[in-house]
Amino acid sequence: MKTYILRRLGYSLISLVLLSVTIFLFVRVTGDPAVLLVEPGASKADVDALRAQLGLDRPLWEQYVAFVRSLLRGDFGQSFYYRTPVFDLYLSRLPNSLLLAACAMAFSLLVGIPTGILAAVRVNRWWDSVGKIFALLGLSMPAFWVGLVMILFFSVYLGWLPSSGSGTAAHLVMPAVALGWYFAAAHMRLTRSSMLEVLGSEYVKLARLKGLPEALVIAKHAFKNALIPVLTLAGINLVIMVNVAVVVETVFAWPGIGRLLYEGITFRDFPVVQATVLLGGAMIVAVNLVVDVLYAVIDPRIRYGR
Amino acid sequence: MTPPLLEIRGLSTRYVAARGARVMPAVEDVALTLGAGETLGLVGESGSGKTTLALTIMRLLPPAARIVGGEILFEGRNLLTMPESEMRRVRGKRIAMILQDPMASLNPLFTVGDQVAEPIRVHDGAPRGSAWTRARDLLRAVRIPAPETRLGSYPHQMSGGMRQRVVGAIALACEPRLIIADEPTTSLDVTIQAQYLRLLRDLQREHGLALVFITHNLGIVARMCDRVAVMYAGRIVESGPVRDIFDAAAHPYTRALLDSIPRLGNGGARRLAAIDGHPPDLAALPPGCAFHPRCPMVRDRCRAEAPPEFAAGPAHTARCWLAAPGAR
Amino acid sequence: MAVRAETSRAAGLTLAWRFAALRANGFPLIPITILAVLALVAVFAEALAPHDPEVGVLGERFKPPAWQAGGSERYLLGTDHLGRDVLSRLIYGARVSMVVGLAAVAFAGTLGTALGILSGYLGGWVDQVIMRVTDAWLALPGLTFAIFLAAVVGPSAMNIVIILGAVYWTRYARVIRGEVLSLKERDFVRLAIVANCSKWTIMRRHILPNVANSAVVLGTLMLGVVIVTEASLSFLGVGVPPPQPAWGLMLADGKKGLMAGYWWLTVLPGSCIMLMVLSANLLGDWLRVKLDPQLRQL
Repeated sequence: MKTYILRRLGYSLISLVLLSVTIFLFVRVTGDPAVLLVEPGASKADVDALRAQLGLDRPLWEQYVAFVRSLLRGDFGQSFYYRTPVFDLYLSRLPNSLLLAACAMAFSLLVGIPTGILAAVRVNRWWDSVGKIFALLGLSMPAFWVGLVMILFFSVYLGWLPSSGSGTAAHLVMPAVALGWYFAAAHMRLTRSSMLEVLGSEYVKLARLKGLPEALVIAKHAFKNALIPVLTLAGINLVIMVNVAVVVETVFAWPGIGRLLYEGITFRDFPVVQATVLLGGAMIVAVNLVVDVLYAVIDPRIRYGR
Repeated sequence: MTPPLLEIRGLSTRYVAARGARVMPAVEDVALTLGAGETLGLVGESGSGKTTLALTIMRLLPPAARIVGGEILFEGRNLLTMPESEMRRVRGKRIAMILQDPMASLNPLFTVGDQVAEPIRVHDGAPRGSAWTRARDLLRAVRIPAPETRLGSYPHQMSGGMRQRVVGAIALACEPRLIIADEPTTSLDVTIQAQYLRLLRDLQREHGLALVFITHNLGIVARMCDRVAVMYAGRIVESGPVRDIFDAAAHPYTRALLDSIPRLGNGGARRLAAIDGHPPDLAALPPGCAFHPRCPMVRDRCRAEAPPEFAAGPAHTARCWLAAPGAR
Repeated sequence: MAVRAETSRAAGLTLAWRFAALRANGFPLIPITILAVLALVAVFAEALAPHDPEVGVLGERFKPPAWQAGGSERYLLGTDHLGRDVLSRLIYGARVSMVVGLAAVAFAGTLGTALGILSGYLGGWVDQVIMRVTDAWLALPGLTFAIFLAAVVGPSAMNIVIILGAVYWTRYARVIRGEVLSLKERDFVRLAIVANCSKWTIMRRHILPNVANSAVVLGTLMLGVVIVTEASLSFLGVGVPPPQPAWGLMLADGKKGLMAGYWWLTVLPGSCIMLMVLSANLLGDWLRVKLDPQLRQL
């Protein structure tokens, strides 16, 4: 088990390094970093000053080392628009995104898992067809469209829910559903196929042969096994949700890191953009690692095996 | 004379595919009898219907299968007309089953103890503590060393032979009258197979169990079984006491099976005898006797008419025109 | 007369019969039709669109669709905040979505398949390097990465295609590499090695045709994802730049009128996006099952 963890840790570190290199290279090589990293509307003198300050005439690897150094110090630059260190800005917005993602995830699991189990248990019958349609729609409707349609119905026509901002639970409902919609469909699909596979397994057959009531067979023997891949995916999806919430947060003006990214793009606040992407990637790598380790804890085969 | 423990008459199971367009007879007109404490060997190639027959008895067929006729009398009651709730009380408690692959049969996420104690808790309503103790005793009965510690083990921590013993313990848990073992030793190492067979036989004697032993290995049948039934294309083509059949098989298929057992000696000069042709496609059976395309003694009548069962000796039947009275 | 009626009825029968047979096979008639129609619309946009999609008449702003009160037949689906005809913009938007979508998928597919084959077949450090990069890039959600790249290089239709290709090739590489790994063990590859074929020949003539199936299936599945990403980019303002009509951009503009109840500015472009993605997904699902049941894990 220890070697497993160490190996995963190693891979994660490599991923982090590669991510930072990628971002670094893209900025330095394709764009003109001085132009990007300077305030919009700065004079040429400012640009030249920044160029010297960033050491853009130094060899590339030196620049990279300096870059990484500042990252490790927690210095992600200064936002032009907000005039505060980006890192602080990011941290202040992060809890909002986490809240949104958590609610969206709860929604997606509460809807997806039972639907998937029902579809598998009643395979090829009515409920399964409903499930398949739901899955298809969920996977094809972009989150922002779901959000806009919901605003149309629930805010404009019905006036039940507020269309933007945050603060109350009512503000949370529509963004969470919009964000979680796609994942609900994905989780449903996975639960269904995982459940079907488990229901066809030999140990479920033996459980039935033992004379166990069907409800017990499904709830005890099938459920826990079927859930493993779904929860793994859910863990990874949580962090993905935080990052792809850009559009949903924009639609609903939800003050999270997604909205921060949008502001960064709109106001040409490049340090914000760069930092959001870097931190987002780092977050995902970290969570992937945690999920892999947790997986080993839940599944005794990995715990005692390797 | 006491009534037989298990009596099957005229049983047929078919698989239906493509919304009724294709029907495959998996078990056709099967009749069997088994007394308490007896061992019956059920022999046949893959696809001959042995497993389907076992699952039909347990009434745990896949949704595509239909039982189309016959009756299964167990302890005097017809299993086929029982409501499902009653059948559930039979499964695992009166009739238990051992499956072929021990690694796949055990749930990887639960301990061995949990899985052995489970039928005891469900069928006998035993509380946790006593079920756990009984599970430990069962593990000891199937000769697993250090049963107390093994109760907390997970399936993947045990070897194949040990896992199959656990499966045996599960089968014994509620003291059934009949155990159906579907190729229980096929997945085990050859060295472990003999041990396991010995265990089964000892347990059978101790508990007065009847055993249906499904296998394709006639050697095991010779060692373990009192009676044997040979299946081909879903039908029982020959059945009777092991001794009689091994000495004087009446059906050409049985004879071919017996001949194909490799024998040492004779200077190794004998070629391996195999049966010509290949197993039949159940969806497209030939008319007449299903075996006739491969039969070395085929007659015209075999091609046209499917033979009924004829007596070939006391308690010995064969489904072959050659066994008809006056055929010799 | 009677003969003509007979034959035409018979012809109709066989046609209906063939359709039924196709449908029974699960053939996705509707999705393919939808995609074909969208493609045709994209190609013949000039002929089909009643107005210029980029020029608006300010006096005609926010006109609702023809069937609602206040609408007119000149602007069948209404107008937007600059008085531009929605129908024409939708039609030209189809072109943008189709072109960008197909081009991006083709680019990502080619790059990803090539790297996947190299990685899987050559193994060793090539494999390690490509796989580490793939893992790292896969950690970043496509949308975030695309936004970043768009912010760096600046938006234009061409750039978007390249960006999408750069973001999504990793999906291909992973899958294709897996297939190549199992193909390597197959006899016909081993025979080629024994016959002294060069690595490149083997990769080109033996491996490539066998992974083509997966690549195609993955392509159809990716099409939906790419289109949504492109729409998202346009919605956020870093996609295809205005005044070119892109469905995502129309959604962004439409949002401004949402609270006033100008529903057609968001519902219509959104429906088009959904229609295209849905059809691509259905087609991909069908292809996946048809071409190779083993690919069901995709």
